Amino acid sequence: MEGSFFTTRLNEFLAWSRRNSLWPMPFGTACCAIEFMSVAASHYDIARFGAEAVRFSPRQADLLLVMGTVTDKMGPVLKKIYDQMPEPKWVISMGVCASSGGFYRAYHVMQGIDEIIPVDVYLAGCPPTPEALLSALMKIQERITKGKSASLEKGPEYGE
Amino acid sequence: MENKAPVQVLKEKFPDAILGMDDFRGDLSIRVKGDNLLSICKSLREDERTDMDLLLDLCGVHYPQKDHQFEVVYHLYSLTKKHHLRLKVPLKESDGSVESVIPVWKTANWFEREAYDLFGIKFKNHPNLRRLLCHENFKGHALRKDYPPDLRHPCHEVVDLITDNTIENPEDREFFETGEKPPRREGYIVNIGPSHPATHGTLRIQVLMDGETIVRAEQEIGYLHRCFEKMAETHDYYGVMPYTDRLNYCSSFMNNVGYAMAVEKLMGIEIPPRARYIRVILSEFSRIMDHLTCIGPNLVDLGALTNYWYTFQPREEIYGLLESCCGGRLTVAYARIGGLTFDVPEDFEAQCRAVLKMIPPLITDVDKLNKVNPIFQKRTREVGVMSAEDAIQWGWTGPCLRAAGVPYDVRKAHPYYDYDKYDFDIPVGTIGDTYDRYLVRMEEIRQSIRIIDQYLEHLPGGPVQTDDLKVNLPPKDAVYNKMEEMIYHFKLVMHGILPPEGEVYSFTEGANGELGYYIVSDGTKNPYRIKVRPPCFPVFQAFGPMIEGLMIADAVATLGSINIIAGELDR
Repeated sequence: MEGSFFTTRLNEFLAWSRRNSLWPMPFGTACCAIEFMSVAASHYDIARFGAEAVRFSPRQADLLLVMGTVTDKMGPVLKKIYDQMPEPKWVISMGVCASSGGFYRAYHVMQGIDEIIPVDVYLAGCPPTPEALLSALMKIQERITKGKSASLEKGPEYGE
Repeated sequence: MENKAPVQVLKEKFPDAILGMDDFRGDLSIRVKGDNLLSICKSLREDERTDMDLLLDLCGVHYPQKDHQFEVVYHLYSLTKKHHLRLKVPLKESDGSVESVIPVWKTANWFEREAYDLFGIKFKNHPNLRRLLCHENFKGHALRKDYPPDLRHPCHEVVDLITDNTIENPEDREFFETGEKPPRREGYIVNIGPSHPATHGTLRIQVLMDGETIVRAEQEIGYLHRCFEKMAETHDYYGVMPYTDRLNYCSSFMNNVGYAMAVEKLMGIEIPPRARYIRVILSEFSRIMDHLTCIGPNLVDLGALTNYWYTFQPREEIYGLLESCCGGRLTVAYARIGGLTFDVPEDFEAQCRAVLKMIPPLITDVDKLNKVNPIFQKRTREVGVMSAEDAIQWGWTGPCLRAAGVPYDVRKAHPYYDYDKYDFDIPVGTIGDTYDRYLVRMEEIRQSIRIIDQYLEHLPGGPVQTDDLKVNLPPKDAVYNKMEEMIYHFKLVMHGILPPEGEVYSFTEGANGELGYYIVSDGTKNPYRIKVRPPCFPVFQAFGPMIEGLMIADAVATLGSINIIAGELDR
């Protein structure tokens, strides 16, 4: 009895620390990445949410920010980077291109990154405003609190 | 026809080669046989009457109905004579190939690869005719008219660009001569990108290293090939506008203006003075923004993080200004064919002045932090040097070309929108290194401030949209109450705008260089073909040769300074 009680508290403690120290891996390909730069700069200041430790090495990151159009050529690269991230991990698909291909219904554009990797939060906009990205970040924090992660739910075979 | 020289030269030297001539909207266009294309190009370049030293653009067009299914289109320019020329070579698919013009202009290399990739046009004697934009598993040629716009092919792998890691030293040659076996050295290959903090976008570079030195470098692009040109063919002229935003997304508005100008040229319509002035003012603000986005992250790569905060503050203010004009921050889609979506807000001038006031101190701060900083000097001076001659060979334009000492700027050479009426200078560099490119961009920001200041002073009143009902919707009130206006409204909504048959090349000075739009119209509501002349494309092509002999850290400094925007590079 005492053991299980203690485990729950530890999970909560872990979730609390995880959600307030997300280390994003910015996979910025296009226009949305420029808006991310604004979010990282002083005006919007992502540091208020504890997510300013941007890591370009996927092995050190737990939040994958896919920002911008992902083409078929880029697909294998994105998949590899995602696979290199350790669990637990979360994914934000920023903008309509990453979420659904956007208005590029075209021969070289992936029609949404969920063809190859599981996504936690989809973010509309072309590009989404910095405020919208911050709201997506807060959604991820909520999911962490609830112990949810698309990666765990969908399993490692997703997108193979 | 004011530009007769190319016609003269061709008539003298290759009388049999000329198939036809055309002068639509002032664009001289000559159709020639492909048989001795290389010698034709050589004489156009070498003859002092023509002196076509810059190959601006090379592309294919597909005409499945015609006798010759393909046309290869060359856009040439002479920096000294200030002449443009369009050279068109018809090609049958059964004929096979046209001669590669790489011996005349080095920059043709990637352009020809692109034409091969998207049309399947083959170029004789091309050293490396592989796909450029689409991935290796792609089947077919996407810009052919019979290729469905949304037919995708799965891609499974990332290919190696450099496979052979043996290094040949110049000293090794002695061993060859003496018959002894040369000491084989193995270098190591480093892959940079396409997801890498220093590439600022989806570029990929593989380098072969000998110790700390780069021996060979190969670049790969196409990771952000979003099929702009195919999408443009499937949309009407209005519908293309938002796509242009996403070419160079650091200065979206300038792409809007370039495109709108091209269609206006095609249709032969004039836009009201107020629209012209607002276009210039916001374009120059966009230029400032673009240069700041180049300089800020470039300095971050060099370890000077503080500058990032300084350069991004004015950007936020300019975003605010754009947002108040049209509602969009980054991708504005504010220009319309025939003018602008709607007028600027009442306090536009006051807003502009406020932004103009806050930029100079921040720029000065950045300059103070860097200009006398020994680390910055050592990292940038004589690093990534590109001489004027080479830059022209590579087809460079814009700040990078000017840093190499060539004062070519479309705003001065071919002034549009009253640029000739106001004072501003074209800064040029001396040796074309990373430091020069930094200085040129900083000075251009100051010059843009000067330009905006003068245009604001003389900002005329009046409408911002042409009253030509062939492109502009009539006022709602008239649509409901008047027959003629209702018909125009119906026609415009149902059929779109219908330019005459013909083709134009229109060009403006974008933030990274000459931004050109080549539009082919067949008289229907969708463009038959749009080719963008992306300023980044020739610049990045030269990057490999530029960094050979440097160290990786220098390559990073150089890459940041040439400001490659993937959206525009890959389209």
